[in-house]
This record gives sequence, structure tokens and C-alpha cells, in this order.
Amino acid sequence: MNIKTLTGALIGGCATGIVAGALHFGFLQDIILQAELYESRDLIHFGQVEAHDHGDAADGHSHSHGDAGEGSDFNRNLLTMLFAGLIYAGYGLILAAIFQFVRARGHDVTAMQGVLWGLAGFAVVQMAPSMGLAPNLPGTIAEDINMRQYWWFGTMAATAIGLGLMFLRPSVLTIAVGFVLIALPHVIGAPVLDEFYGVAPPELSATFATRVIGVAFFSWALLGALVARLTDPNT
Amino acid sequence: MSQTIATRSTATAQSGLMGIVLTAFLGMGIVFLAGHAQSATLHDAAHDIRHGTGFPCH
Repeated sequence: MNIKTLTGALIGGCATGIVAGALHFGFLQDIILQAELYESRDLIHFGQVEAHDHGDAADGHSHSHGDAGEGSDFNRNLLTMLFAGLIYAGYGLILAAIFQFVRARGHDVTAMQGVLWGLAGFAVVQMAPSMGLAPNLPGTIAEDINMRQYWWFGTMAATAIGLGLMFLRPSVLTIAVGFVLIALPHVIGAPVLDEFYGVAPPELSATFATRVIGVAFFSWALLGALVARLTDPNT
Repeated sequence: MSQTIATRSTATAQSGLMGIVLTAFLGMGIVFLAGHAQSATLHDAAHDIRHGTGFPCH
């Protein structure tokens, strides 16, 4: 393994994770905490008054939240920061591996180009899966987790291969195949339930989903720029 | 001589490719563990950021 690739990916990824964590606390954490109040029925919005009780998830989806709130808020938030760093360090390693491959073939990857690569990563791991499975608030009852993960991973793979074909080997054929691959998971359709069971107000859920996308958009652009710059063999 | 150089550069290219694949797999492993593994401990620890990154949760 190339040391500069590894260190650049880890430093760039952790730095992005810190920024993403800060954005999480600025934009998302309050909504998560508020949604948990609806989940625990400490808060009920008017649309819920007549709602049937589905707390036991009759369709077999156990919905225990675990004890995310166990321990102090400090510990809980520290773990959030730690895992934000881990997730973006992981993404950073994948980006750095791609950059090393692209550079070995004689192409430059500047920080600006890194932003574009980052946004492609955003499209693959965030935008495309979210088109079928929107970011969920705590308390949302959804289809079986395994089914959703299969669809999620399949969508990421199809979108990544599709974008790669279109942009790295552009021709009429690859662009056509790329479009088909990117569209395929959405034609198949994400695993969703036939009914809606959300306990939090739709406005809260909409704000949350939009902010998740926004935070990820910025974080991926930053990740691409940082990893490209920090792994650049000419610096 | 030129054969030696050719062999060496192939070997370097192969070890380079191996490193690239390993780096990518390491990254995917970390993302899977932090974001997608269903172990209760991992889930609880990563709960808020999993929601915050829109990963399928629960």
C-alpha cells in the first residue's frame, strides 16, 4: 500500500468527518431528538390522534431503538463524532484508492477535480439510494432491514458502474448502458411498505431528509478536495 | 536487461494494483462496520450518525 494514499485518505477523511459531525449537530441532531419524543409518544402531533397503535410493529419489524441515549449526552455525541470520522475515513480510503489508480494511468487529480469525484461519490452513496429510501427519522417503521440493505448496496453498485461507464469510457453505447444501470434500481423499486406509519410530523421528516442530503453534499465535496490534495504525489 | 526492467515494472504495477484494491476494501470494510453492520452495540453507538447519513437503520 502507498503510504501517502493511506495517510492522505485517513487525515482527509477524519477532517471531513469532524466537519460533517459539526454540521450534523448544527442541522440534524435537534430533529433526531425531537423525533424521538414523538417515537416515545412524549409528543403527539394532531395527525396522530386517531392513528392506530402500531407500536408493536405487527408486521414483525421489531423497532426497539436500542439505547442510543444510554449514558450521558456527552458520550452519545462523542460516539456520533467518532463514527462520522470513521465513515468519512472509509469513504476517503475508497476515493484515495481510485485517485491512485487514475494517477497511475497518467491523469492528474487536482483538488478541484477531487470535488467532482467527491460529488460523484455523493451521487453514488447518498443521492441515488435516497431517491428510493429517503433518510428516515427515528420512529419511522419501514420494510425489513435486510431487504433495504440489499437494495441500497445494489443501487450503489449500479450507480457507480453506470457513472464510471459514462464518464470514464464515454461512447454512445456506454452512456446508454450507464443510463440503464443507473435507472434500473429505481425501475425495480425500493422495498417500501404499502402504508405509512410515520409518528413524527411530515414537515419534520421532510426537513430532516433535505438536510441529510445537504450535509452529505457539502461533506463529499470537501472530502474529494481534501483527499485529492493530501494524496497528490507532486506535493 | 530490458527483460528484467519489463518484469520489474510489471511486478511494480501488480503490487500497485494490489495496494489499490486493498485500500479500497479497507475503506469499504470501515464504512460497512460503522454504517451498516447490524450488531446491537455498533448500531447503538452509531445510531445518530446512521440516521444523519440516511443509512437504512433498524
